[in-house]
Amino acid sequence: MNLKESLSSLLPNSNAAAEPETRTCKHCNTETDYDTLRANDMICPSCGMYFRMRAGERLDSVLDKGSFSEIDKNMKSTDPIAFPNYAQKLECAKKNTNLKEAVVCGTGKIDGIRCAIFVMDSAFMMGSMGTVVGEKITRLFEKALEMQLPVVGFITSGGARMQEGILSLMQMAKVSGAVKRHSEAGNFYLPVLTDPTTGGITASFAMQGDVILAEPKALIGFAGQRVIEQTTGEKLPAGFQRAEFLLEHGFVDMIEERPRLKYTLARLLRLHRKHDTLMRQERRKTV
Amino acid sequence: MSKTAYERVQAARNGKRPTGGYYIDRMIDGFIELHGDRRYRDDAAIISGVGWIGNFPVTVIAMERGNTIEDRMRRNFGCPSPEGYRKALRLMKLSEKFNRPILCFIGSSGAYCGMEAEQRGQGEAIAENLYEMMGLKVPIISVVIGEGGSGGALALGVCDTAIMLENAVYSVISPEGCASILWKDASKAAEAAEALKLTSYDLLNFEVVEHIVKEQNRTEKEICDDLKKLLISELEQKAALPTEALLSGRYQKFRKIGA
Repeated sequence: MNLKESLSSLLPNSNAAAEPETRTCKHCNTETDYDTLRANDMICPSCGMYFRMRAGERLDSVLDKGSFSEIDKNMKSTDPIAFPNYAQKLECAKKNTNLKEAVVCGTGKIDGIRCAIFVMDSAFMMGSMGTVVGEKITRLFEKALEMQLPVVGFITSGGARMQEGILSLMQMAKVSGAVKRHSEAGNFYLPVLTDPTTGGITASFAMQGDVILAEPKALIGFAGQRVIEQTTGEKLPAGFQRAEFLLEHGFVDMIEERPRLKYTLARLLRLHRKHDTLMRQERRKTV
Repeated sequence: MSKTAYERVQAARNGKRPTGGYYIDRMIDGFIELHGDRRYRDDAAIISGVGWIGNFPVTVIAMERGNTIEDRMRRNFGCPSPEGYRKALRLMKLSEKFNRPILCFIGSSGAYCGMEAEQRGQGEAIAENLYEMMGLKVPIISVVIGEGGSGGALALGVCDTAIMLENAVYSVISPEGCASILWKDASKAAEAAEALKLTSYDLLNFEVVEHIVKEQNRTEKEICDDLKKLLISELEQKAALPTEALLSGRYQKFRKIGA
């Protein structure tokens, strides 16, 4: 089955039958047609810049065809603290992204290995976490615990969503609790940090993985760069808070390029199976 | 007259408002401060140590903004660096080993936003605290005494009982930050404070905190006495719980928020 069909609701609006869709690289201004870009893992063929991936594109690129089964698909945010203009903003984000919220959760297979997976989408209010994003990710970890599945998480987020006030902040603790329960039962959690991963997300489940991967040049940090410059009056050096900077300072395990990512995930998943007996069998096979 | 949200923000930030050390001095008997994260340095933005409250031996972790200019500089105005959070976690683990409850006092604008803090993993340090505190097998009680600034506050705020002083505030972002992002105008902070619903009464209403200690028409000593009484009664209740009930209660306290 064509994956583009199976994930069609998660992919960008496909109503552009009349003219071929193109995307312009922010770095080198080269215009590339969308299908070429998709075939190239959303990397600019001209300069190598990574386009931010939509949730559907990401699932398509890492999961085995037809293996994805979405969980909590229709969970929608309300406006729990009656924040000015939030309801309109949500409507707008839903319309523009074809998503109900900033994270897509489900189960699927990566090179034949079953896992629970969540993919955040920065096109939906900068991937920010309100109560629904927190709830969906928490439920995914709880489900993965129940099913004894590893969790792979593609992370991109501006942080906790201020339009849901303190309730957003509390999601950091809530998700952390679920990550811990899942981990203590011996299950593997593998977050992949993509551009950008900041604020309360960095300060919670982005940094709680057993192994943490990052995409090249992804912005990853706690405080925003403008805030740091305002607080300290210092100019930040080039490359500050990029994935390579975090690798150098010991906060991510490795940086992996998109074309190899799926197979690196698969290898790591194989090497971190829950049951010791399984691992022994695996070892016998390879030795 | 009840205060507006922004008046409470200003009250919480007031330089004359008692800071973490004040409550330690008045409530904790035989306090011994313990220093350092054993990895990099001692962060004076957090005071931590051991002592007694009533009959309970406790570990105390408190943000300290400082009281004189020099003291405030030395303590970075109570804004912890990663090593502050790591020191807190070290003492919390020590507390768990000796089956001692933990009291946390929260009151500063938040985790420090600086280059070196980022280099040493501010996000990772907070994340580690959230993760570990969810599983610590001793009661944790957190009190927001002043400004509860976002993730940096939550890193001492994963607890079994959350208490706020009446004029304390607790928010996902500062009103100024919110106003400047949403409306490109930091001077609309008062409006943002209202919209963020960050007062003790808002948080009680959201069931994010369990108790408010009244401040209006009360002296600092009276407030301190009320808080101490409340802390002891909460400790009595939480210490009586079997570990499993304590931990599932803590999980549920956060699990139900936005469920």
